[in-house]
Amino acid sequence: MFWVKLRRVIKGGLLNFKRNGLVSYAAILVTTIVLSVITGIFLFHVVLGTSITLLKNKVDIAVYFTIDAPEERILELQSTLKNLPEVATVVYTSADQQVLEFRNRHADDYLTLQALDELGDNPFGGLVLIKAKDSSQYEAIAKVLEGDNQVARENSEIIERINYSQNKVVIDRLNSFINSVEKIGVIVILLLSLISAIIMFTTIRLTIYVAREEIGIMRLVGASRRYVEAPFLVEGALYGIFAWLISVLIFIPITYLLGKHASDLIGMNLYSYYLGHFFSLNGLVLLIGVLLGIISSMFAVRKYLNV
Amino acid sequence: MIKFVNVSKVYPNGAIALENINIEIAKGEFVTIVGPSGAGKTTLTKLILAEEHPTEGTVLFENADIHAFSRGEITHFRRRIGTVFQEFRLLTNKTAYENIAFAMEAAGKSDEEIVSDVPHVLQLVDLEDRMYHFPSQLSGGEKQRLAIARAIINQPEVLIADEPTGNLDHANTAEVIHILKKINDLGTTVMLTTHDQQLITGVGKRILTMERGRVVGDENKHKAL
Repeated sequence: MFWVKLRRVIKGGLLNFKRNGLVSYAAILVTTIVLSVITGIFLFHVVLGTSITLLKNKVDIAVYFTIDAPEERILELQSTLKNLPEVATVVYTSADQQVLEFRNRHADDYLTLQALDELGDNPFGGLVLIKAKDSSQYEAIAKVLEGDNQVARENSEIIERINYSQNKVVIDRLNSFINSVEKIGVIVILLLSLISAIIMFTTIRLTIYVAREEIGIMRLVGASRRYVEAPFLVEGALYGIFAWLISVLIFIPITYLLGKHASDLIGMNLYSYYLGHFFSLNGLVLLIGVLLGIISSMFAVRKYLNV
Repeated sequence: MIKFVNVSKVYPNGAIALENINIEIAKGEFVTIVGPSGAGKTTLTKLILAEEHPTEGTVLFENADIHAFSRGEITHFRRRIGTVFQEFRLLTNKTAYENIAFAMEAAGKSDEEIVSDVPHVLQLVDLEDRMYHFPSQLSGGEKQRLAIARAIINQPEVLIADEPTGNLDHANTAEVIHILKKINDLGTTVMLTTHDQQLITGVGKRILTMERGRVVGDENKHKAL
């Protein structure tokens, strides 16, 4: 009997969905907007994350060494730095490489190259670029190089300057900016999701309000609460499925256009990301749509079942 | 079969719908309850269907207190009672066939029973050619005959018809009364309410007269048994 009832419930839900016409369209429209907002928020979050990572990658500590600093001591310091837990990478550029890069950069600038030739000796010292695992850890790394400790003391004569103090203001500002963006991002996402859920719940409640008389009649002809309720849950799930399909059809061209024209601006190809995460992202959105539809219907029907 | 014992009903707004009602309806009876609007007829039917609860007293069905039933028990109890309303109360987005099939599905009937019984009952109320019409495509008389078909499809022990002719013309009224009598002849207890004094002359069975929430007359008691 369970399977017979299940079949009847699904059939009932499908028929109601089809016959409710305008009401179904309205519910699908609102659900589509809700799911599109959720997908949009998710993609925005990904773009935000990428932008923050890009910004973070632009920050580093540059250690300039004196011209006569012996290379083995620089390499020794490099390996000491590499062993610090806060450090992600330490890249060493030798004085010779620096000259080479400088010449390449100024290949068209004859005067500068001539001035360099006239100097005769290599005016550059070695350079070490340090990247931290997290942008908040630069201060700790800088302390190792500049503070009152053994590493700083041993290397003070080979280090010409460290640009951390100069960059400190920028790094601090960036850190507080990133923190606020992440915090505000989470709040905005939660708020928008909540608003979306409320809008969807209200719309589905209206669709069921239209059917409140019928719910009472079904109860009076002897249908159990569950048998009356179940087709409405099927209808709610159908709103979610159709709205999801439409939102997918909306996001394919949108991400395609953004991928084609705005990849440089947002620092990633959104279309590749969307296609790469097509099943996981859309699976999640489908699940949200169906669950919101079912749960909204459940709460809305219950109100009228007590006949 | 159905017993009202000292039943009173006062609505939350203070309106007294029923006052100390004591009625007993026996199995197989055809009882017509007549009275003007506001006499308490509809409240009486709502109490039997457990749509409303009495303020005082008890309503018994085969000696069991209807209002002490659990939700599940009420669902099962309602399957033993067929109901016809003045405003038809059909499922508007289901066809005539589906309206009746729904009542059978609700009672847990098999697909085979539904396929064989629904056309039969539609034929009984002369609606076999309206099987796939929606209620909005039916006339008032047809809607009420459909409501009767739905009410009797599960062979209820009691049929409650609350002002079933209120929205019908003379010819359709006569038709509905004729069908109700036929159902009663087949053994179903019928409880009919009406405000139409002329209607009761055509029924000719037990007549309860109500006024302002009280029973003021009981003619031909148990005559029909």
